[in-house]
Amino acid sequence: MATIEFLLNGTPIQCNVPPDTSILTLLRDHLGITGTKEGCASGDCGACTVAINNQSDSQSRFLSVNACITPAHQLHGQHVITVEGLATDGNLHPAQRAMIECHGSQCGFCTPGIVMSLFTLHANQQHPPSPLTPEMLEATLGGNLCRCTGYRPIRDAALSMQDYAWEAPPWFDASQPAREPIQGSKPTANDGAFFVQPTTLAELTDARRRYPDARLVAGATDLWLENTQRLTALNQLIDVTRVAELGQIEQATFQTQPGWWVGAGVTYTQLKPLLDMHFPTFSHLLHRLGSQQVRNRGTLGGNIANASPIGDTPPVLLALNAWVELTRHDDTRQLLLSDFFIDYKKTALAADEVISRIFIPQLADLATLRVWKLSKRREDDITAVLGAFCYRINNGILQDVRIAFGGMAATPKRASRTETALEGQPVSKASFQAAQRALAEEFQPMSDVRGSQYYRQQAALNLLERLYLSLSSPNQEVMLHAYAH
Amino acid sequence: MRTLTKIDGDSSRARRELHDHIQGSGPLSRHTVDSHGQRQAGAPSFHESAEKHVTGKAAYIDDLKAPSDALHVALGLSPVAHGTLTAMDLEAVRQASGVVDVITFHDVPGHTDIGPVFPGDPIFVDQEISYAGQCLFAVAATSLQAARRAVTLAKLSFDEQPASLDPVIAAERNEVVRPTHVQQRGDWHAALSQAEQTIEGELFVGGQEHFYLEGQACLVLPTEDEGVIVHTSNQHPSETQKLVAEVLDIPFHAVIVEVRRMGGGFGGKETQASPWACVAAIIARRTGKATRLRLPRSDDMRATGKRHPFHNRYQLAVDTQGVIQGGDITVIGDCGYSPDLSDAIVDRAMFHADNAYSLGSARVTGHRAKTHTASNTAFRGFGGPQGMMIIEAAMDDIARKIGEDPLTIRKRNFYRKGRDVTHYGQQVDQKQLLHTLVETLEKSSGYWARREAIKSFNTNSPIIKKGLALTPVKFGISFTAQHLNQAGALLHVYTDGSILINHGGTEMGQGLHTKICQVVARELGLDLDSVRISATRTDKVPNTSPTAASSGADLNGMAARDAASKLRERLFDFAAMHFEGGLDREGMRLENGMLIAGIAESERRIPWGELVQTAYLNRISLSENGFYATPLIHYNRATGQGRPFYYYAFGAAVAEVSVDTLSGEYLVDRVDVLHDVGNSLNPAIDIGQVEGGFIQGMGWLTSEELKWNTKGALVSDSPATYKIPTFGDLPPIFNVELLEGHPNSMASLYRSKAVGEPPFMLGICVWSALRDALSSLTDYRVSPHLDTPATPERVMLAANAIRDKSL
Repeated sequence: MATIEFLLNGTPIQCNVPPDTSILTLLRDHLGITGTKEGCASGDCGACTVAINNQSDSQSRFLSVNACITPAHQLHGQHVITVEGLATDGNLHPAQRAMIECHGSQCGFCTPGIVMSLFTLHANQQHPPSPLTPEMLEATLGGNLCRCTGYRPIRDAALSMQDYAWEAPPWFDASQPAREPIQGSKPTANDGAFFVQPTTLAELTDARRRYPDARLVAGATDLWLENTQRLTALNQLIDVTRVAELGQIEQATFQTQPGWWVGAGVTYTQLKPLLDMHFPTFSHLLHRLGSQQVRNRGTLGGNIANASPIGDTPPVLLALNAWVELTRHDDTRQLLLSDFFIDYKKTALAADEVISRIFIPQLADLATLRVWKLSKRREDDITAVLGAFCYRINNGILQDVRIAFGGMAATPKRASRTETALEGQPVSKASFQAAQRALAEEFQPMSDVRGSQYYRQQAALNLLERLYLSLSSPNQEVMLHAYAH
Repeated sequence: MRTLTKIDGDSSRARRELHDHIQGSGPLSRHTVDSHGQRQAGAPSFHESAEKHVTGKAAYIDDLKAPSDALHVALGLSPVAHGTLTAMDLEAVRQASGVVDVITFHDVPGHTDIGPVFPGDPIFVDQEISYAGQCLFAVAATSLQAARRAVTLAKLSFDEQPASLDPVIAAERNEVVRPTHVQQRGDWHAALSQAEQTIEGELFVGGQEHFYLEGQACLVLPTEDEGVIVHTSNQHPSETQKLVAEVLDIPFHAVIVEVRRMGGGFGGKETQASPWACVAAIIARRTGKATRLRLPRSDDMRATGKRHPFHNRYQLAVDTQGVIQGGDITVIGDCGYSPDLSDAIVDRAMFHADNAYSLGSARVTGHRAKTHTASNTAFRGFGGPQGMMIIEAAMDDIARKIGEDPLTIRKRNFYRKGRDVTHYGQQVDQKQLLHTLVETLEKSSGYWARREAIKSFNTNSPIIKKGLALTPVKFGISFTAQHLNQAGALLHVYTDGSILINHGGTEMGQGLHTKICQVVARELGLDLDSVRISATRTDKVPNTSPTAASSGADLNGMAARDAASKLRERLFDFAAMHFEGGLDREGMRLENGMLIAGIAESERRIPWGELVQTAYLNRISLSENGFYATPLIHYNRATGQGRPFYYYAFGAAVAEVSVDTLSGEYLVDRVDVLHDVGNSLNPAIDIGQVEGGFIQGMGWLTSEELKWNTKGALVSDSPATYKIPTFGDLPPIFNVELLEGHPNSMASLYRSKAVGEPPFMLGICVWSALRDALSSLTDYRVSPHLDTPATPERVMLAANAIRDKSL
């Protein structure tokens, strides 16, 4: 096993733990530091929230993450802050003082996680100071479940913590001197466990070729549940988060289309500025994808490779007619995303390939993208039905219509018959009635915990109706803007 | 009427007002100096553990240090819901890496049935399997991971039978865990047959997962004799003591149960924390090692019971004004596989089938259906919320039929003079308070102006519809099992003047320990910092009742007060005799850390520390027991009549919602709450209970959906699939006020009222507002059917059923 070295609340730590150890297990079981709590071990409750320094971005000094589903090995060369670190010499951090003054804790079990989320908000507000908006508060705290307070005093704590003076303690600016990534112990006959951290795409594809049974890990927001929920040992891991090429966003032209190549390892948080600028409706979807802790970790490549029928970004990327680039040690190929998804959790990715980049074409002139996600809870919930609609209206005629759905089939899927029904048609009741008939025929969704088959069918039809109404009665409110734009 | 603190969207104002109150300008300032100084009962003191919470120092069960050879337990849970366990080969489990012990039904030394009130809960399956998630065996290993992995190696064979999952069918077949109970007053039959009009309806009310953030957990240490010390996250330590002793076949005094705090309870740790302590205790005694048992979240969700789902029906006789003359209400509680607390829970649903309204001549019937799911259990409100839902549904239905606003109908039906006896024979005291409270809220929330604005908005908005509803709460306070209405406390004064209080209640976040310390500080005229509380332990205060039924402060606070006042009187007697020249016994008092006797020039002051020291040297006992038993209450199950409740707590809430009738998505735009806690023991904590209860109640009726598959396995078994409210579900405008100036009419603790459960049911207004918005699609002619939880799916399908199709 390789030794990992990192800073914990400013103090250097060295330790040896198995590759499938989470930060939470490392803290609680190996280091005996128990302020960070386990509420669910699935990244859904935020009780285990810790902050990781973010060397790549001066605007976001610290990122909140769920310690329960973050690999401990990824801490190598990083600085992690836990609730134990905030108070220095008995002086409470403003987030802690505000939580006390506002009566923000009742049973107290979620409190360390909430304090850590507030800490990241506080730290990131300093550089530069910006006014708090309801959206920022929701983004910061939406992934921290509290069963006692009903959140009002926590909201007050978030709003009042800036009132308290605070002098940054020495650890605030401490950063681990740059370290070589873990090169990992080589697999041996006795102990096949390893956690390798390639830094270039060539090293990554080489590792992929040499260890075909190893799992790729990026944000681990889904993979790690195999360990915590299904008890699968994840002994052989190839970490893609240090691969330089995978973290880049480049403006480019591909297949004569202008757009952007987005590295497969780009996190949702890193992707957000691009989407804010060019795809605001897609950006709004991100607000409802997982929690801040998940968005800080989850990657676009991971969401695609995962191939879940209810992943949030694939239907949008399908509607945008995005491409994926697949790379192996000696070859690179580009594929339309619609050709990538083959069947339930089955993709075109070969065993020795990785997703290296995703090409997102720029919206054509006059083209519009609408993204509508339906779920039981507005924040931090998994999709029941997600519809993405991309189209152009030219003299009242629908053109270049691309529609994709999540939650309606075994894969994220284009609604090709529905597209055909609308293509070249006027924005009229008759066109959309025809489209609804086509839609009803082309999907047979399933019933599960997130929604019944009947609901999914009806909801998809109603989303088409919403599209019609939003086009035919542009001055009428036809959706709630907290849910959709 | 004065209101205490207004917490609303303008949080800076709210904080300023709270601050003013803390500074002494608030109405309770006679008990209040400031939040950091002398913080006695009535003051908004911080939670006694607040600083420990925010720094991560507060220890929960899994944070407790144990010896390095401590064992970790994982449970083998049944994957099938109903059938027979035909073979269980655990050889591979025993051989697995790290495994130290494996136990089954046959390894239990004492009792194998750990039913809390009635038998029916086997600690392990012997042969018959009654639900998916039932415990088959337990594995102890050197790590939790090793234990969990070993569990998966078991070779199990079952003769699987179809699972009975429909409580209505079960009730029809008389498959029940306890006999049906009926309450009846007047000639309900005649009322229905002579009615000007009758109205009827039915409603499915979903259950609810507790989702305490700290899952079920315990740590058991073997003692040097035959016993154990049990650290547990637990609302009922005395019952766990009893069950652990019975399972181990040892006397109760060999078992000590300790609870410092829980990471949430909500009723889910009243009876259902005990099984795990029993299992861990067996292993601790067999191995001689400290034993940890902590349920992983999905095991917790599958193995433990939930709030009871209910199927309710009503048939009511109403006059032309919509006033109920009588009727027949049936509630069917889905109890799961065993009685647990279901008898009392279905009773409480029946006790609250009237909510705030006179039912006239009515019969209320409650069935306790048996199904093949986990044994449903206590959850904040204890059946009361499910019972209330049917009459609140009826109020809306009557309003649509009569063509009046639902609030008008509700007010017409309120208990009032001449119509003030419940269907179980209790006269409703303080009924005028309900009218006052609702009228105040009606004004402060601008109900009628907003009603007009909403009607006009809806006229011009075909897809987005707004809804508004005001619903009241009248909730009965007392355990309906009479003997549970007792409590004890143990007070020690040490020679430095510091005080340690212990009592039978447990701290689950509700602020009980804070309030108890405040009570003692107030009785002894001391600063709150002088009073410390110790963990609840069965060897300090014995034979305690569960911390439940909202009664924690009512009962234990009175016991603590009893102990403190007895000690105080003893010190007064001593001081009157002892101090030079004698002190005036009459009018003697403890204030600001001083014993004060006499007035004006004859006034004498003796500091608390000196008093205590002197008393000690003169061999005066500085320790005292306190006890309390609630007076007056009684209930005759044979007749279904009595006075089960010492008093009622009241409240009301208004919700405004916006509904997207195409997608079923909705937002709660604004909520106004006015709630009655009598004279508040701690306004900050009480407001916390009201707000937290409201949001939890709203979650129950909106996003929290339990689902089982057709074979009876719970599929909403993680927070990924079971959605409690999160930050964004907090209404942007949330005005919560405590009703001021109305002390409890009964002689409760400083005339306060219980606050744990009643606010939960305030959340009903959100559901009623959703129905109101949907009803607008029919110009308020139709009362839409809306089972709960009212997920976007249910709301969309309800809207689809009634809206005009535009395409």
